[in-house]
Amino acid sequence: MRKLFVAALLAGLVFPPTPVLAAEPRDVKLPGGVFTTVLPPAARTKTAGVRPFRMDRALVSNADYARFARSHSEWQRDHVARLFADESYLSHWRGSAVPGEDVARQPVTQVSWFAASAYCEARGARLPRWYEWEFAAAASETSPDARADAAWRQKILDWYAKSASGSLPDAGASPANYYGIRDLHGVAWEWVEDAGGMLVSEDSREQGDGGNRFCGAGATSFEEKENYAMLMRIAMLSSMKASYTSGSMSFRCVTDVEPRK
Amino acid sequence: MSARMLAILMVFALPVLAAPAGDPSTSLYQLKVGLTAQDGRAMGLDVYRGNRVLVTMFYSSCQATCPLIIDTLRAVEHKLDAARLRDVRVLLVSIDPEHDTPEALAATARERRIDTSRWTLAQADEGTVRLVAAALGVQYRRLPDGQYSHATQISVLDEKGNIIAQSDELGGADEKLIEALASR
Repeated sequence: MRKLFVAALLAGLVFPPTPVLAAEPRDVKLPGGVFTTVLPPAARTKTAGVRPFRMDRALVSNADYARFARSHSEWQRDHVARLFADESYLSHWRGSAVPGEDVARQPVTQVSWFAASAYCEARGARLPRWYEWEFAAAASETSPDARADAAWRQKILDWYAKSASGSLPDAGASPANYYGIRDLHGVAWEWVEDAGGMLVSEDSREQGDGGNRFCGAGATSFEEKENYAMLMRIAMLSSMKASYTSGSMSFRCVTDVEPRK
Repeated sequence: MSARMLAILMVFALPVLAAPAGDPSTSLYQLKVGLTAQDGRAMGLDVYRGNRVLVTMFYSSCQATCPLIIDTLRAVEHKLDAARLRDVRVLLVSIDPEHDTPEALAATARERRIDTSRWTLAQADEGTVRLVAAALGVQYRRLPDGQYSHATQISVLDEKGNIIAQSDELGGADEKLIEALASR
């Protein structure tokens, strides 16, 4: 017995325990379900359905993204096509495929929607859809849906009030929510797969002057107006074109649990 | 400094001076995606490389303003002289891969008496649709009833696939599009 203990101790010395974060699996399964959304999918429909899916626990880091860029040269800063990313793409990196030491563990920013989509695709994954993201982000550390909790909402709003300055925390360093997911609030904005269609039309048949014309029966109006932080996120995403990059826009990936029909 | 030295220095200096800050190309033809035409033919987004192209997105089962898109494309073409029209192509990419099978697109082409020698109706998988829409700047959203809401934006691509004009105008022929098709 004692021998075993010593052996275990030695093993511990030879293989020092990895940090808790590294020991966590990369992603976690979320049950999905029908929930009340701030972005009604249609007129008189206030709920959205989400299938079970697996979501990354943490935001993709600069180091993660650098590994991708090294094996996909078309996504290196000096090679990327302007169609896919604006002039600020990875502008905070030291080299074309090399982030600075200081930012290696931080969430990657200055990446376009095209770039984020390509990263996830290379992993056999995809960007989360808005409703998936909103579903995951409704959870506090103790509840799967804390949106009615005024104190929790205030905590999130406080972040929006003070962000924009200072450097980002490391990816995965924020507390895990009910599902075990980190970084959903208080760290960065995140790309979603359907960022290009979130605010499509009040009523498509309405033909306003000058603005975009829409086809089909659409209805977009905000619900749950007290969830101001969510509305800010939607506004932010909707203001970004697919080639735009921002110093506060990062991303994570998800995968389907059941194959789509 | 000798001429030879200078020449050697220049050889080393050149790559530095020419170091690209990314590829300036904005051509949509960089999207390596597969589409299927109404006749079942597999093709890329660059099916009309070398021509000026009117490109837009639509879906066949749309009852509201989508039929107007085809009317609008025709109104634009109507403003071009015959010689110019011969070189112009039209590409309609469906956002509804589930319903717009090549057969459904062929039926739409027949119903609307579309000249498929210059026009192509195409469909692609969901991921490709999303990429094409992002590159064209077309916003769209699938609604719970299976219909779509989408911007009815028409773009003109030059011979290499760069967007040189865009318009949201429906019904009439936007001068911007006519100019872009007529210019050289």
